[in-house]
Amino acid sequence: MTTVAPRKPWAATPADRLRDLAIFLLSAVLSYLVVAVTPAKGKLAYVGLFFIFYSVASGIAGWIKFGRRSAADLFIKTLIGLMAFVTVLPILSILTTVIAKGYRGINLNIFKTDMSLNAPTDPLNVGGLLHAITGTVILVSVALVLSVPLGILTALYITEVKGRFTKPIKFLVQAMSGVPSIVAGLFILSAVLYPITKAYSGFMASLALTILMIPTIARTSEEVLKLIPNDLREAGVALGGTQWRTVAMIVLPAARSGLMTAVILGIARIAGETAPLLLLSGGGDKVNPNPFHDPMGSLPYYIWKSFNAGSPEAITRAWAGLLVLITIVLILFTAARLLSTRKVK
Amino acid sequence: MTSSLSEVANAHVTKAPSIRAAGTGLEARGVHAWFTKHHALADVSLDFAPGTVTALIGPSGCGKSTFIRTLNRMHEFIPGAAMAGEVLLDGKDVYAPGVDVTKIRLQIGMVFQKPNPFPSMTIGENVLSGLKLAQVKVDNKDDLLEECLERAGLWKEVKDRLGAHGGSLSGGQQQRLCIARALAVRPQVLLMDEPCSALDPGSTLRIEETIRHLSDTMTIVIVTHNMQQAARVSDSTAFFLSDGGPGQMIEFAPTSEIFSRPKDKRTEDYVTGRFG
Repeated sequence: MTTVAPRKPWAATPADRLRDLAIFLLSAVLSYLVVAVTPAKGKLAYVGLFFIFYSVASGIAGWIKFGRRSAADLFIKTLIGLMAFVTVLPILSILTTVIAKGYRGINLNIFKTDMSLNAPTDPLNVGGLLHAITGTVILVSVALVLSVPLGILTALYITEVKGRFTKPIKFLVQAMSGVPSIVAGLFILSAVLYPITKAYSGFMASLALTILMIPTIARTSEEVLKLIPNDLREAGVALGGTQWRTVAMIVLPAARSGLMTAVILGIARIAGETAPLLLLSGGGDKVNPNPFHDPMGSLPYYIWKSFNAGSPEAITRAWAGLLVLITIVLILFTAARLLSTRKVK
Repeated sequence: MTSSLSEVANAHVTKAPSIRAAGTGLEARGVHAWFTKHHALADVSLDFAPGTVTALIGPSGCGKSTFIRTLNRMHEFIPGAAMAGEVLLDGKDVYAPGVDVTKIRLQIGMVFQKPNPFPSMTIGENVLSGLKLAQVKVDNKDDLLEECLERAGLWKEVKDRLGAHGGSLSGGQQQRLCIARALAVRPQVLLMDEPCSALDPGSTLRIEETIRHLSDTMTIVIVTHNMQQAARVSDSTAFFLSDGGPGQMIEFAPTSEIFSRPKDKRTEDYVTGRFG
């Protein structure tokens, strides 16, 4: 028996690749020429023209090779590819800027000390942002503990209980997800801080963050729970389960990875939130592990304060704070992703 | 067609009343069902004798599935649903006020049209899930697990991979897993809503064997579009039909009679394939 080598007859041939490269270069040269001879000027003109030329040229190449239907297909395909690239571009740009400007402010010291003895304008080798890191972690954790149960229970009310108030609650949750963060901050300030506690604390800020987080978690959870097939709920109750046990044993576990995503999105919503923290947390410069007492620092607050100080050292500190904040959020994302996709043994 | 079906129906011995002792009977009396304003089922009375298999046949939309779902009170899950009449399990109305509906569903198990193993559970956990759902205590779970899988005809195929995901099984195996799951809570009646409609002939045959085997100890009601299947597995057959209005039960008789000497012209037209 002869062995047959696997082939990919649909793959691009060297001639195809050469043609694609030619189209790419042609589009680049064309856009350069057009910028040179017409009043269109600037980087944006290059990029815009290149998009048009590249898409059109791909389309024409498709037309020559396969005919009109293929022309439209290739044109749209190229355009979508370029658009996806454009979407990623600002994110990459932000990341590189933050790393480039912030790396000088990163040293082991900043994870060991706080700013209680230093001003932001001090040299970079003294002081640190331990207070801000612990503060952000505590604020987000407290908000998580409050909003995950509330958010998921709200979603369960909408998708499982389907009580009389389903519609108004759904509407309210949707409306709440558009609440500006400063409004949440002012609400806690006027409804809790001034009349009751009369003192800045991390908990006040967490309450405001909870208000912002609940709608995100509730809405995403609702969408996820809606995707669980009704068959499973019916199978659960047909086996003699009560509705609660069916939801707890079957619906929620089946939706686990989606619910985890809901929580991630909730964290993403609040981790970098600044306005309510400025109003409520008091923004201390000292490590404060107690969210119920004394002002609490946080990364957004630290970044804001350092930028305001204005000296080159302070601004580098702010960028370093941004770098740390982005890294923390990325770590949380990755951890939650790993947790949610872990295989059941 | 008629002759072959009646041959099939006569091939197995219909159980004599004397050995119909095992299990608990189920009785529907004047059952109606509505979906909001739509009257889907009118005045169905059927007597399911203990330890027998009853097939419900009829064209799509004639109310068979609606009827079977009124028997274990799954009908009420659909928003806007309503019903009238009585369903007597062992002589007691399952719709009587004060009846614990979860207990009813524990006694009247159900297997659905599409295999629906719980995705977050392993094969073993799926089989025993009913115990946890209904909070039933069992002394020896391993024995029960083996017994249920054995009775569902799945034990040999899965005994070495009970820890694997239910979703890793083939469609036919998944359906037998769902049967095993329904058996684990020891129902007295088993309702099957077109259990083989998504399966290949081999898996269908395995499930039919399972049904014959199970009917020794429990009462089985099966909805099917496959008349060969009705002829092969059931002792009695009920023919449902909708003439544009609500679905009705046209004829109920021993299976061999339905397929060889139907009394109603409409039944004859249906089982001979002249319409439907």
